[in-house]
Amino acid sequence: MTTPYQQQGTPAATYSSPIPVRKAHLGDALASEWTKIRSVRSTMWTLGVMAVLMLGIGILAAVTVSAADADLEGEPVLFLGFFGVLLGSLCVMTLGVLTIASEYGTGMIRTTLTACPSRSRVLTAKAIVYFLLVFTVTFVLTLVVAALQVAILDTGAAPTTEDWVRATFAVSLYVALLGLLSLALGSLIRHSAGAITVMIGLVLLPLVMAMFMYAESLRTVQESLLEYSIPSQLGVLYDNSVAESGPQGWEPVWIMLGVTAVALGGAYAALNSRDV
Amino acid sequence: MIEAVGLTKRYGAKAAVYNLSFQVRPGAVTGFLGPNGAGKSTTMRMILGLDTPTAGTVTIGGRPYRQTPNAPRQVGALLDAKAVHGGRSARNHLLSLAQLSGIPARRVDEVLGVVGLQDVARKRSKGFSLGMGQRLGIAAALLGDPQVLLFDEPVNGLDPEGILWVRNLMKQLAAEGRTVFVSSHLMSEMALTADHLIVIGRGQLLSDMSVKEFISANSADFARVRTPDTEPALREKLSSALSGAGGQVVPEPDGALRVMGLPLPQISELAHGADVRLWELSPHQASLEEAYMRMTQGAVDYRSTADQKAGLMQQPQPGFGPPPQIPEVPQQGWYAPPAPQPGANPYLGGQGPAAPPAAPPAAAAPPAAPPAAPADLTKPEDAR
Repeated sequence: MTTPYQQQGTPAATYSSPIPVRKAHLGDALASEWTKIRSVRSTMWTLGVMAVLMLGIGILAAVTVSAADADLEGEPVLFLGFFGVLLGSLCVMTLGVLTIASEYGTGMIRTTLTACPSRSRVLTAKAIVYFLLVFTVTFVLTLVVAALQVAILDTGAAPTTEDWVRATFAVSLYVALLGLLSLALGSLIRHSAGAITVMIGLVLLPLVMAMFMYAESLRTVQESLLEYSIPSQLGVLYDNSVAESGPQGWEPVWIMLGVTAVALGGAYAALNSRDV
Repeated sequence: MIEAVGLTKRYGAKAAVYNLSFQVRPGAVTGFLGPNGAGKSTTMRMILGLDTPTAGTVTIGGRPYRQTPNAPRQVGALLDAKAVHGGRSARNHLLSLAQLSGIPARRVDEVLGVVGLQDVARKRSKGFSLGMGQRLGIAAALLGDPQVLLFDEPVNGLDPEGILWVRNLMKQLAAEGRTVFVSSHLMSEMALTADHLIVIGRGQLLSDMSVKEFISANSADFARVRTPDTEPALREKLSSALSGAGGQVVPEPDGALRVMGLPLPQISELAHGADVRLWELSPHQASLEEAYMRMTQGAVDYRSTADQKAGLMQQPQPGFGPPPQIPEVPQQGWYAPPAPQPGANPYLGGQGPAAPPAAPPAAAAPPAAPPAAPADLTKPEDAR
């Protein structure tokens, strides 16, 4: 044990690769994450289901209202897109969690972090790729659905530009941030099923809890739970006129931005300090 | 070059790796041996910066892995063959890794050819056999054409042809001047592949020497001598004659004698001189496997009391207990060369000077496996 290798002779000239070495950067990580996300079926499935839900429910709602000849007085036409987006966001949350938690589930994360020891770069690339993917898909879908609904329901009051921007751009931003929040939670929890459950709980629990808060003393809690629940905030983006209190205008987007930033910060800190 | 200094990793009360110091040099295949749960994989993960050591440091080329510039071009690793997303094709898996490391995409097809997976490159890796998974993992390790290569159990699940291929690949990579660090729990495999051996047990360094040194230090030759069963007196006579000539004589449970330190012709001469007939005089060589088992069992013995206290430490994985020499007890030639102190042989029975037969193995056996140990101990007594 004292002098190992004394018989090795001259230390062999260390190997150097003929392939030119260049420094990897965030762009490489983005390309890698794009390859990863496009090469698994769960991406196609979840986003496909999301497209079907948003288009199907959006068109169905418009057709139903149109056939019933219901009076939409006071209700903006674009609000009909809300139900599809709410269901579609479940797909976004699932895929967001899977994007990172599946790497933990399979052990792929070790291979990834061996290939790129800068853990922050990996998480940043994942976040950017996923955010842009979800935003693009949601934006296209909401635009198409909104256009179809306006065409089907030929009502007098056409939506203003502000309505259009909020029902498409702001909603897409909100959904993409929700996806990013799922990704951050997936990174923190490192378990697909667990993180998906937490995300669905986050969406549904405030509403369910508020339902059981009959007591007068809990009235304010109940109201804020209702107003700040994710479905209500998403509704605010469609229709500004309903709520007297709670978030108004673009506030839901900023609230979600803050929450996501905190969660992502936690994900960065955890990823950099934990063993994988 | 990989250099570990005082490397320690604790999980709560359990030290998976304790005060491990070693060097892995370029130009040679270094085998990293230890039984299951000895801390091999934990050490590998610490080398790659995936786990942070509780104490100590490990560097590759003088720097911790996470601070190495262009790390994937310096170091390649196969940690776990199943560590791929099953839904992704082999090619896309490697492509994503190549892109992440800034390696040209055409390199992917090269390494797929090197490991022989070009025909299934576009198949989803979920359907791969363990052997194909190992090949995919080796391809990922070779992707960056790195100077330092780490392989954790690379031959698991490979067919004989695959094992031969891996063996030659390791040697070839080392001959090119690379540092090759291969873990295994199979001594026989390492004896064929490695130039240098680092043996750990229970997270501690047991041996760090070249394979040649390991063989000469650990494989003791001995002769088995059998006198007629019908005349026990002849045995005593021969035993004292051999001892008088400077041999080390240890009785075996079935009545044979194990003689060390005397060549076969001399034993024959001595027997002839003492007028003792022989029924058997055969040469035996202890295998490296036996030496390795004795070495790693020593580590278990060494720490067994601490285990019983810690409760959770005793059986981290099934098959961790005493080495599986037990089923071979009734057969001849199962013995490893005796441990340095002859009195410790539990099978000496009444003949040994201070040998309460069951005591040492019973103490060594982990408490979780009590049914196995006593049952095994009765066997040699029955045979006698």
